[in-house]
Amino acid sequence: MTTDELQQISTIEQETQGQYQHHVCVCVAAGCLSSQADVVQESLAKEIERQGMGDKCHIKGVGCMGLCSRGPLVSVDPEGVLYQNVKPSDSAEIIESLGKEKVSRLECSTEIPFFQHQKKIVLENSGLIDPNRIEEYIAVGGYGSLVTCLTEMTPSEVIDEIIKSGLRGRGGAGYPTGLKWSMVAKSRPGHNGKYIVCNADEGDPGAFMDRSVLESDPHRIIEGMTIAAYAVGATNGYIYVRAEYPLAIKRLRNAIRQASRLGLLGNEICGTPHRFNIELRLGAGAFVCGEETALLASIEGKRGTPRPRPPFPAESGLWEAPTLINNVETFANIATVIRNGSSWFSAIGTEKSKGTKVFALAGRVENTGLIEVPMGITLREIIFEIGGGIPGGARFKAVQTGGPSGGCIPENFLDAPVDYESLNRLGSIMGSGGMIVMDETSNMVDVAKFFMDFSRSESCGKCTPCRVGTAVMYDLLARITDGEGREQDLSMLEELCDLVKNTSLCGLGQTAPNPVLSTLRYFREEYNHQLVSSE
Amino acid sequence: MSPNVRVKTLKIDGKDVSAREDQTILSVARENDIFIPTLCQMDGLTSVGACRLCLVEIKGSAKLQAACVTEVQEGMEVVTDSERLHSYRKMLIELLFVARNHICSVCVSNGHCELQSLAQRLGITHIHFPFRYPKLAVDLSHDRFGMDNNRCIRCGRCVRVCDEIEGAHTWDLMGRGDASQIVCDLNQPWGSSETCTSCGKCVHVCPTGALFEKGKSSSEMSKRQEFLPYLTLMRGDHNE
Ligand SMILES: Cc1cc2nc3c(=O)[nH]c(=O)nc-3n(C[C@H](O)[C@H](O)[C@H](O)COP(=O)(O)O)c2cc1C
Ligand code: SF4
Ligand code: FES
Repeated sequence: MTTDELQQISTIEQETQGQYQHHVCVCVAAGCLSSQADVVQESLAKEIERQGMGDKCHIKGVGCMGLCSRGPLVSVDPEGVLYQNVKPSDSAEIIESLGKEKVSRLECSTEIPFFQHQKKIVLENSGLIDPNRIEEYIAVGGYGSLVTCLTEMTPSEVIDEIIKSGLRGRGGAGYPTGLKWSMVAKSRPGHNGKYIVCNADEGDPGAFMDRSVLESDPHRIIEGMTIAAYAVGATNGYIYVRAEYPLAIKRLRNAIRQASRLGLLGNEICGTPHRFNIELRLGAGAFVCGEETALLASIEGKRGTPRPRPPFPAESGLWEAPTLINNVETFANIATVIRNGSSWFSAIGTEKSKGTKVFALAGRVENTGLIEVPMGITLREIIFEIGGGIPGGARFKAVQTGGPSGGCIPENFLDAPVDYESLNRLGSIMGSGGMIVMDETSNMVDVAKFFMDFSRSESCGKCTPCRVGTAVMYDLLARITDGEGREQDLSMLEELCDLVKNTSLCGLGQTAPNPVLSTLRYFREEYNHQLVSSE
Repeated sequence: MSPNVRVKTLKIDGKDVSAREDQTILSVARENDIFIPTLCQMDGLTSVGACRLCLVEIKGSAKLQAACVTEVQEGMEVVTDSERLHSYRKMLIELLFVARNHICSVCVSNGHCELQSLAQRLGITHIHFPFRYPKLAVDLSHDRFGMDNNRCIRCGRCVRVCDEIEGAHTWDLMGRGDASQIVCDLNQPWGSSETCTSCGKCVHVCPTGALFEKGKSSSEMSKRQEFLPYLTLMRGDHNE
């Protein structure tokens, strides 16, 4: 595959699409599918036939459009209209309206802040292209960055670009991506070479950012991984995706097959000596298997428990070979960074947090769904502009980021910018992108208990503080919510938070106290209120 | 010792000491008679850093490191005991006590138990966390040995000795969180195991009364662990 050949595929695809006067796109990502988007797509297709529009109107399934709470979503072009809550029975009306007056009763305005305040890099193709067709990905410039890297850049030039972009890992901790790549590049290959691993385990309750990227634009991940493989000198890759994501798995399998057929994976990629293969590995749904060393153990066929680092995977990972492990969203940024240049990318965001972040916005907000925002945007903007505020005029209470590893941020910090450092300062973390909004009806001790319940049951059980500490903390929280807690239970909780945070082996235990610590910090009176002595 | 191994110097508790670069902080400390509490670590078995009792402070690093798995570095300054470490260690031992039933007076290993003696050494006089102890089954199906999950601290020593030294891999861990426990083969009665060679190594590396010989009454089960350094020395396949 050369640049010219890619261009050719792209041109043919654009010409094919150009034959049609109308394009109907139906979101077929998991959110809309769960409200029967596939049935809607079928009935729209039938309607196109019935009205004899077959050669004028093209219909396709596309990835996530973001506003999942209003699904099924259908967009029509060139009219540029978005329809929400579409039912199969609306099909006739929608097809009849093409080129005429839009169906106002179904319209969802795209002028609203939900769409206007977002900035799309990772999701740039989501909702626009058919994830099942590599030609569509190529037609929007896909795989161009891979060809550029392979034919015009040295591996160290690629790494330099990533370093200069300031991209940081989107899996939670925000480790500088370029630095990690350079470590793997410098490590001596094992007898089995080096490995690339894409972490698509996504175990946080309520998070579905990675799933959406995989379902909506799978080729983006393959391109990012293949560029990484070239940069660090790896020949084999794994995508570790949880088995609970059947649609993502299906689309990834299909995408890998298509890319291999076009010579974008396999031996002699684009006619260069670079070879790279990708296999899928399915996770069995343990949260701890998202932790990198546990994930690697799981790929090796062992019980998924973390091990002490060092050695870091970059030096000794899969079967003791140097292994680059990055999150789905991290890989999804790569092709765009190469295409638009590191300075374009680093102009977005804040001083230390560059680019954008995808969040799964959930809880007590008007617009729930998937959003991508520039780093540095304020929490207020996300919740009240993009999210449309709290439904039913209720009062905002707290926003939770980072799931079981993160914390609850109260109202007086709503103007804090969303970046790695400021969220840490507030006692939370960026995390992988879960964002849950709570209103005054939420009991913050219950919230802490919910997350501690999650951590204690997802703890792998290997190290003492996390295994027993989270269980005892849960017991204490349950005692408090049962109305039997005493003053000394709070100090015991604080002792345990300190212990578990500082002595646990892996990130699960080290961050498990965060929901308790942050609610104790900002909502202590709620705890006090539920203690026995205060009655 | 391979000729490529370099020698390093470092400070442990203010004392200048030397070490091979592949030694852990724990092994250098022991050579120099500096005590660091341990439970999951055992010479001759792979160290896993699980019990967290051996955590030490390293100057210039905010994170505590497990001495049993952390290799020495030139110029490193290690603190093995401080008020903070002491209080963490006491709490960790307390957590082991609250997780399961460790009523010493009726235990076969009373007086010979590593958990008990460590608690005494660290000056633990009472437990201030709420007890959890779930009621767990005792497996007495094996002819010669018994397994009492209520006494298990999940250090994983039995699992490792069975896998790494005996080569049988009869034991493994099952489940998550505090519900995790050691299981025989695919969670079946010990007596029905087809992989167990009845060598008894697991019994003797177990730090508590969780694995014991049948016929021993309270306080009678002392463990003999001398075989392990001997076996590893003879095989020459472990560096310690
Ligand atoms: C308990 C636990 C769960 C994790 N789960 C995930 C996950 O689901 N997805 C992910 O990408 N990273 C997860 N991580 C972070 C990974 O260990 C690792 O840091 C990340 O995959 C590195 O990729 P990045 O540098 O691109 O962020 C988890 C970490 C911990 C401690
Ligand atoms: S911190 Fe928790 S999850 Fe991590 S190794 Fe320890 S017990 Fe396992
Ligand atoms: S002895 Fe080091 S962690 Fe258990």
